[in-house]
Amino acid sequence: MTTAAIRPPEPDLERFDRVERAVHWTTAALFGVLMLTGAALYMGPISTLVGRRDLMRTVHVVAGLTLPLPFIVGLVGKWGVRLRRDLSRLSRWTHDDRSWWRRGRRASARLGKFNPGQKLNTMFLGAAAIVMLGSGVMLKWFSIVPLDWRVGATFVHDWFALGIWVAVAVHIFLATNDSIALHGMRHGTVTAKWARTKRPRWYEEETGRPADRFKQSTAGP
Amino acid sequence: MLLRSLGVVEERAFEGTAVGRRVFLGILGLGAVGVVTGAAVQGWLERNVAPIIGHDPTGLLALLPIGRFRIYTVTGGLPERSPDDYRLRVHGLVERELDLSFDDLLAMPSTELVRDFQCVTGWRVPKVGWKGVRLRDVLDRAGVHDDGGAVRFVSFDGAYSESLTLQQARRDDVLVAYELEGEALSSAHGGPARLYVAPMYGYKSLKWLRSIEVTRRVVPGYWERRGYDVDGWVGRSNGRDDEAT
Repeated sequence: MTTAAIRPPEPDLERFDRVERAVHWTTAALFGVLMLTGAALYMGPISTLVGRRDLMRTVHVVAGLTLPLPFIVGLVGKWGVRLRRDLSRLSRWTHDDRSWWRRGRRASARLGKFNPGQKLNTMFLGAAAIVMLGSGVMLKWFSIVPLDWRVGATFVHDWFALGIWVAVAVHIFLATNDSIALHGMRHGTVTAKWARTKRPRWYEEETGRPADRFKQSTAGP
Repeated sequence: MLLRSLGVVEERAFEGTAVGRRVFLGILGLGAVGVVTGAAVQGWLERNVAPIIGHDPTGLLALLPIGRFRIYTVTGGLPERSPDDYRLRVHGLVERELDLSFDDLLAMPSTELVRDFQCVTGWRVPKVGWKGVRLRDVLDRAGVHDDGGAVRFVSFDGAYSESLTLQQARRDDVLVAYELEGEALSSAHGGPARLYVAPMYGYKSLKWLRSIEVTRRVVPGYWERRGYDVDGWVGRSNGRDDEAT
């Protein structure tokens, strides 16, 4: 590893603090419960296999109503500084984010803390969670809404569920393909090398050092 | 925007435009539009896409939320009753009250029907096979009095009820059903035995049939007291124009 020999050792960077990780994993667990109980309620073959429809329904409703709590608790206190700041990052798209979507220009895009896929995923799942909660409430307490809305809520709940399954599957697939990024969400830190190469702008923000300073030496003849 | 106005997200500036927020709000909007227009869109999908799904050799399209049953209960619970414990009471304006067991039903002449099942909330399941006893045969066995004009059904879920005029109840396509798609009727689908009123919306086909009462006049059922039409003909009631089943 010649690069390691050239480069002075650098400490790992903190990517997600305890609050962010706790919010992520409790929310992920609730998503998991909702998706599995949802499948058990909805998919004929799985329904037959699992049975216990009453139990599945109760768990689904309770988990659904609980879903926003970890996020809200994580967000509101003074412990939520980093979560709030990351949300602000996630909602913004830089010039580099836009070029990242183009295959030819992806290599030259200098990303901040999150890549555009992560930004899109967060926004989609966040909004979808609210949509599911709203339409779910209409399905559960159906007498409060007109019939046509119940029809619409059924429609929305079904199709958004499908979208969530796809988004979560892609999210897990990509996370398990990048062990350092996954380490960041599991234990909080990522290596400096990962940050420097994959998230150069974030590296610069955190360390105050330019991310590309060794580029010349590694790209030698 | 919402989070910021609540003071939750800090004004600290990161570079870039707020595309993410627009995506977020756009998806929320999509959800809201879906709730309002979903009735029409789902109807279109059930008519045009459901038939294709039936011909998909991979079966993957069956994962789409089209052309499948949704299980509704009004009590929140699924009443469980085994065929051994099942009793069907027939009473009211009849010559002789009946207290039929599940085996009594099986012993009666059976009828099979294959029809689309249409819910008033928009979904439609194509070509569903039912087997059961004609309601008319059950009524004839009890003997309806001359002053009987309607039939009321009560579910053993403790809350649901339904009713038909005597004329509707005597149709060929109204069954006390105990099989669905060649299998014993599961609890989720209203087993051991339920009402199946083929030409009407699903809410008329009461699940978990407990008793049949012959009355003078129609007594509005559970949903009918909540605004649904008493005569729930598919395509000709509840302000809907679905194709008849």
